[in-house]
Parts: sequence; C-alpha cells; structure tokens
Amino acid sequence: MSELTKLTIAEARDRLRAGDVTSTELTQACLDEIEKADALGAFVHKTPEIALKQAAAADARIQGGAENPMCGIPLGIKDLFCTQGVPSQAASNILDGFKPEYESTVTTQLWQAGSVMLGKLNMDEFAMGSSNETSTYGDAVNPWRRGNEETALTPGGSSGGSASAVAADLCLAATGTDTGGSIRQPAAFTGITGLKPTYGRVSRWGIIAFASSLDQAGPMTKSVRDAAIMLGAMAGHDPKDSTSADLPVPDFEAAITGDIRGKKIGIPKEYRIDGTPAEIEKLWSLGAEMLRDAGAEIVDISLPHTKYALPTYYVIAPAEASSNLARYDGVRFGRRAKLAQGDGITEMYEKTRAEGFGAEVQRRVMIGTYVLSAGFYDAYYNRARKVRALIKRDFDQVFEAGVDAILTPATPSAAFGLGEMTDADPVQMYLNDVFTVTVNLAGLPGISVPAGLDGKGLPLGLQLIGRPWEEGDLLNIAGSLETAAGFMAKPKRWW
Amino acid sequence: MSIDTDTARRVAKLARIKVEDDALPALAGEFNAILGFIEQLNEVDVEGIEPMTSVTPMRLKRREDVVTDGGYQEKVLANAPDAREGFFAVPKVVE
Repeated sequence: MSELTKLTIAEARDRLRAGDVTSTELTQACLDEIEKADALGAFVHKTPEIALKQAAAADARIQGGAENPMCGIPLGIKDLFCTQGVPSQAASNILDGFKPEYESTVTTQLWQAGSVMLGKLNMDEFAMGSSNETSTYGDAVNPWRRGNEETALTPGGSSGGSASAVAADLCLAATGTDTGGSIRQPAAFTGITGLKPTYGRVSRWGIIAFASSLDQAGPMTKSVRDAAIMLGAMAGHDPKDSTSADLPVPDFEAAITGDIRGKKIGIPKEYRIDGTPAEIEKLWSLGAEMLRDAGAEIVDISLPHTKYALPTYYVIAPAEASSNLARYDGVRFGRRAKLAQGDGITEMYEKTRAEGFGAEVQRRVMIGTYVLSAGFYDAYYNRARKVRALIKRDFDQVFEAGVDAILTPATPSAAFGLGEMTDADPVQMYLNDVFTVTVNLAGLPGISVPAGLDGKGLPLGLQLIGRPWEEGDLLNIAGSLETAAGFMAKPKRWW
Repeated sequence: MSIDTDTARRVAKLARIKVEDDALPALAGEFNAILGFIEQLNEVDVEGIEPMTSVTPMRLKRREDVVTDGGYQEKVLANAPDAREGFFAVPKVVE
C-alpha cells in the first residue's frame, strides 16, 4: 500500500510545503488505491480527470507560496453534495442521471482552498439509514473485520462510503453530513474522527436536503487536528443559506493546545442504557479517566429528556423529509417512470416516486406525510417540537452550570454485519442513533473520536458534545482524548 | 392509535407514492411500529412550552427585494426528463 495515502492532512500539508511531495503524486497514489478498492463500494463515481487537473493547479499554487492548509489535499465527497457536471444523486434511483449545473457552497470553498476531488462517495439513500444498506449503488463495506472472520460489516451510515474510504486510506479525508448521527456513527464504526459542527456553522446550500433543521455537513478525517483544519475550509457564512450563521470562523487548529486543565466534563447518567455492551461502558469510564488525568474535572450531570430524543427525531426528521422530498416528481430532474397509455400527471408522480424511492425513504416520506396531515399536526409534529425545546433546554442548563463538554459513547455497539438487521423492525435500526441524535435536535457540535478496540478487534468511538459555536474548545478536548487514547490501529487489508 | 390499510392507502395517496393493494397491510404494520415508538412523547409534560422553531435564536437576514439570480433557462431545463421548446413537459393536466 502506498504510504502517501496514509498521511494525515496536517502531515501532507507540511510535506507539500516542504516540496517533499506534490499534490499530483498524492492524488495519483489515492487514485491507484481507489482502483484497487472496488470491493469496499466506497467510491461510486470516480473523477480522476478532475482530480489530476485540480492537483496540477494546486501544485502551481503551492510553488507560488499558497498558504491554505487544504491546498493540494485529495478528498472524497459524499454523494449528497451537488458537484457541477458530476453525478450527484444522494444514492437514490430517483436522481439517476442528475448532473447539477451548480456546485455546493462547501465544495466550492474546498476547491477554492485548492483541495482535490477524487470522486463521489456511497451513502444511505437521501442520508436515511445507519448502515449504508439503503443505497441504490449497493452496500459500502467496512474495511474492518471481526478477527479473522470474513463476514462483511457495515461501515455505518449514512456517510458509510466516506467512513470506509478514509479508514481504508483511499483519500486523506472526506466530507460527510449528519442529521441524526450520520457522521459520528460511521466514524466510530471505522476508527476515524468525525465532527458534526454547530447547526449553521457550515452552509447547507447545494447539499441535497433531508431534514433541514437538523442537517449539517462536517469533516471525516484521520485525526482531530485534521478535522479542525478541514472544518476551517468548510465553515463560514453563506448568503445563499438563510440559516447559516454570520459569525467569524476562528482558527480551529490553533485552538488545539493540548491544555484542558480546569475544563469541566459532564457525564450524563441518562446515557447509561440497558443492553449497552460492557466493553462500551468500560471504554466510556476509561475516557473519563483519561480526561481527568489530563487535568479536566469530571462531573455527573443529568439530561432528563434524553429518552425522548429518538421518538422526537422520528417525527421531526420524516416531517421535514416529506416536505423536502416533494420536489422529486419526475418533472425537473432525475428519472421519470415509464407511463401507460392514458396516465395523467398524478399517475406520473405516483409511479415515479414508487420506482425512484427505496423502501426506507418511502416509509419516512409517508410517516412524515401522516404526522403533518390534518388532525395529527398538533398531536405529533407540534408536540415533538415542544419536546425538542425541552431536550435543548436540558443542554442549556448543563452548559449554564459551567460544563464545557459532555462525554458519551458514540454508538451502542461496534459495527454489525451487513444484512444482520434486514429482518429487524425499523425501530431497531433507529436505535443506532441513540447517543448522537440529541446533538442534532439541540443544534450542538459533536465529535466522535476513536478510543479503543472491542474483544473482536473492531474500533469503538467516544463522543464529545460541545457548547454551541465552541468547536475550537471541543476540538481541543477531543485532541486530549485522542492523545491519551493513542488509537493507532488500522484495518488489515483484505480488499 | 392504530393505522389500518385504508389509512395507509390514504397516506400513500397524499405522499403521491403508488403502493399496490397487497403491500398495504405490511405498510400499515410498519407505520404502527413506528407510531407506537413515537407514542412515548405523550408521557412528556409540554404544558406552556413553546415549540422550538430555530436552533439558535437568530433573525433571518433581510435583503433588498430585487432580482439576484436567473437568466439561464437552458441550465434549469438541462436535467429535465422531458423538456420542449424551453418548457418542462408533463402528461396532459386538464381534459
């Protein structure tokens, strides 16, 4: 395996600046790895021509003294981001053939910084899923395996392709999006770092919408420092997204000082859930000890409405999705179903949406339609919005009491086998997001940091939740956890 | 609250998703499982709580009411499954 693709963004930046390596060499090394990794199902649209052109341009900029740390860095892009002239179909059949005439704000900023696009990454259809099994492209596969078993495991979801690609060193980093845990859960399942920023920190413009009040894009990287560097390039106010915050973007990397003395870290008692494996409970305690040893103060806290977060999410997210996905009607973009003689416009809508949407997307659109329908709006949707306010208030009160960050497990299990959940009730799959979904409802920043391996050799992550707009402080605490945990394991290559 | 096949049919119609009759009972069953899960929210005392509207209190930005974008009909139509003479084409809407 090429050593170049294993570099972190920070290492690559330093070597690019020193003239040790060129972006073209880095990019070619990644393209070679991608060609050998089809078994992972991570890259679903490869863009080598664009990549090499961008790399050559980056090399010229670096020679001219370019300062941007993301210049020349080869990235994978989740299929949810609209990229001009390149298929962008949210892993859905309904957007088959869609090539946007425009570029999302996040990717525009990344290309302006000089980064390189290697291609588009697999995901759950419209980001609805926790295992990457709802994709029209087929499964993305976790590069990690249980011991010497050959069972194919999920990389998590919805940003499963992003997680798999970063963990397998097919790219230096990738973009993800997170509506209920879709960056942090796959990051935890694959032993990488995943950051969901504060809602509004990163523009949503040009990212195919799932649930607009919850969606937020963020970096998926090989280190906490890389997450800080990449967030800096992704973040910022965008007049095209009315919910993007008009706040200055601080130097997130500079916030990583390694000094967390006196920081108050909360341990929420409601996150001790029946059925959580002992290994995860143990890792959580170990994480708290590591932060205490680094000089932080560990305090027990209570977030009393935690148990209502998932049911709240499963009203609000489908409601917003049913509205956002109304645009897929077979008229303006994507594919239209073949019509029978005499079919009118209603049949066209109904057949197009039945053929184009997979089962999970149909289910959520219909649940959303139901909870918003006349007579149920107050009972379901408005009640969920009120409970959401209470969930947010729980966090507000903890932060007002002086807590700087909250430590929790990232997921209730390690990566499970592809197909293992097929016959389960949909609600069973939803439980994957039990530790992450509160953060989206409250709009807070959250980060998953790889912290250890389970008995079968699979990675496990811990989550840190920060104060709104304090990603810098959160990254600093995450950096201390990363240093103390010393997670260096890599999946054994089989692909 | 229990959803029967008639309700499932009505919801599918509202969502403009064609569901065959023989698939309706299973769909109703899935709805009931999810709605059963959501029912927990009835335990929460929400008296006097305002529904959350935005994550951080902020006023949406305003701007001059002027045209800031547009003038590219071809791009808008480029991805349409059926576009003719500068328009989106659809099956007959009115008799």
